[in-house]
Amino acid sequence: MSDNAKPFEPRIVAFFCNWCTYTGADLAGISRMTYAPNARIVRIMCSGRLDPQFIVSAFREGADGVLIGGCHPGDCHYQEGNYKALRRFTLLKQVLKSMGIDEGRIRLEWISASEGDRVQKVMNEMSEAVRQLGPLRLEIPKEHEMAAHVAQGGAQ
Amino acid sequence: MSKPKVGFYWCASCGGCEEAVVDLNEAILTVVDAVDIVFWPVAMDFKREDVEKMQDKEMAVCFVNGAIRSSEQLEMAELMRKKAGLLVAFGSCAQLGGIPGLANLYTLDGIMQRAYIEAQSVTNDQKILPQVETKVAEGKVTLPKLWETVKTLDQVVDVDYYIPGCPPPAKLIVGAVMAILEGKLPAKGSVLAPDIALCEECPRKKTKPDKPLLKEYKRPHEIIIDPEKCLLSQGLLCLGAATRSACDSACVNGNMPCTGCMGPTSHVKDYGAKALSAVASILDLNDEKEIAAAMAHIVDPTGTFYRYSLPASQLHKRVGKENV
Repeated sequence: MSDNAKPFEPRIVAFFCNWCTYTGADLAGISRMTYAPNARIVRIMCSGRLDPQFIVSAFREGADGVLIGGCHPGDCHYQEGNYKALRRFTLLKQVLKSMGIDEGRIRLEWISASEGDRVQKVMNEMSEAVRQLGPLRLEIPKEHEMAAHVAQGGAQ
Repeated sequence: MSKPKVGFYWCASCGGCEEAVVDLNEAILTVVDAVDIVFWPVAMDFKREDVEKMQDKEMAVCFVNGAIRSSEQLEMAELMRKKAGLLVAFGSCAQLGGIPGLANLYTLDGIMQRAYIEAQSVTNDQKILPQVETKVAEGKVTLPKLWETVKTLDQVVDVDYYIPGCPPPAKLIVGAVMAILEGKLPAKGSVLAPDIALCEECPRKKTKPDKPLLKEYKRPHEIIIDPEKCLLSQGLLCLGAATRSACDSACVNGNMPCTGCMGPTSHVKDYGAKALSAVASILDLNDEKEIAAAMAHIVDPTGTFYRYSLPASQLHKRVGKENV
């Protein structure tokens, strides 16, 4: 197996909200903080925009872990988007658990725009946690994977 | 002029889809007048070899219901694909995996143990499990090999159209047959049903609040269900918001919440994740512990939100070899 040839580097998809966590990550960068380079950050306007479909799709497309960052409770730029994120996250985590995906592979964190050090800490922790868990190996059917029932519009 | 030839076949399904064809009532006479049924093992005496003798694409259309989870079902699906001009995935199981698809939460060993050894109604002291090959005095007898994973029809062969539902309602079946006969078909890969959510057509639509908010989720047996009011706003997990509308609100009219058998609209990639999102976001609680407590009241969330669509979902099946 080629996996044995080189050490496993976790692939993490991080969904950060524009107003708090992404700005926090920016601050970490400007402050020249170093942290684990395993996460690909996707900027979304609000953690409440994070459709649970994005998370399952990330796992399907090869993510070993998914990190979600939003504003602290009460601080959402859109009033309540982060609460919606929390509710969806709580229920999705139950589903993912029953699908055999370890709880350590998905994490929700409230990180404000001023908490660059917290971005650094969470990124390092998440990277290490997923490294310990190893690669996520999904069994995805390969042939005839048209999924046409979703790819195209239905007819009246 | 000879009538177009039509076939029906079933794979991993309960037989409800076959019932749905019979449920066409008088309309079935219209269908039978218009077509020549050349293969339908459940209802008529045709054999596999009758199909094997056909020319390729001799059948104008073949409706296959049921998920694919054994070597025999794969062979039959491939045979139908070869002999039919159009292959239609008929019903939730063929389209999305259906109820049998929930087996993807378990290992094959676990399922065998449960079904043939542990089940309370089973007496099997010698712990005999079905074998693919068994030697008997007369020779070797064989059974189809059951797969580790349940698949949708389009995960094993090319599918032209989909008719959703558990089972598909008569209106959809007749509509699909007529569309095929008249050559008025939409683009390949389409679901032959309206592309709107059930809530749009729900008879209780007027009673749905603009912003439905819930303090807790309820199960149907825990409340006296108001027969007029939006079921979601009564706290029930009605999945109409995420589900395609093609059923004339059958369950809602029966005063029961939608369980999602019509599957997603074309705008949704992963039905379960979307349905979960709809239900979770309307919970009117902000405290982490209170949210967790309310969510804990949803028994078997995976079975609830992926009831008909686990094999078609993004994750497809449970990760790892251990049982739930």
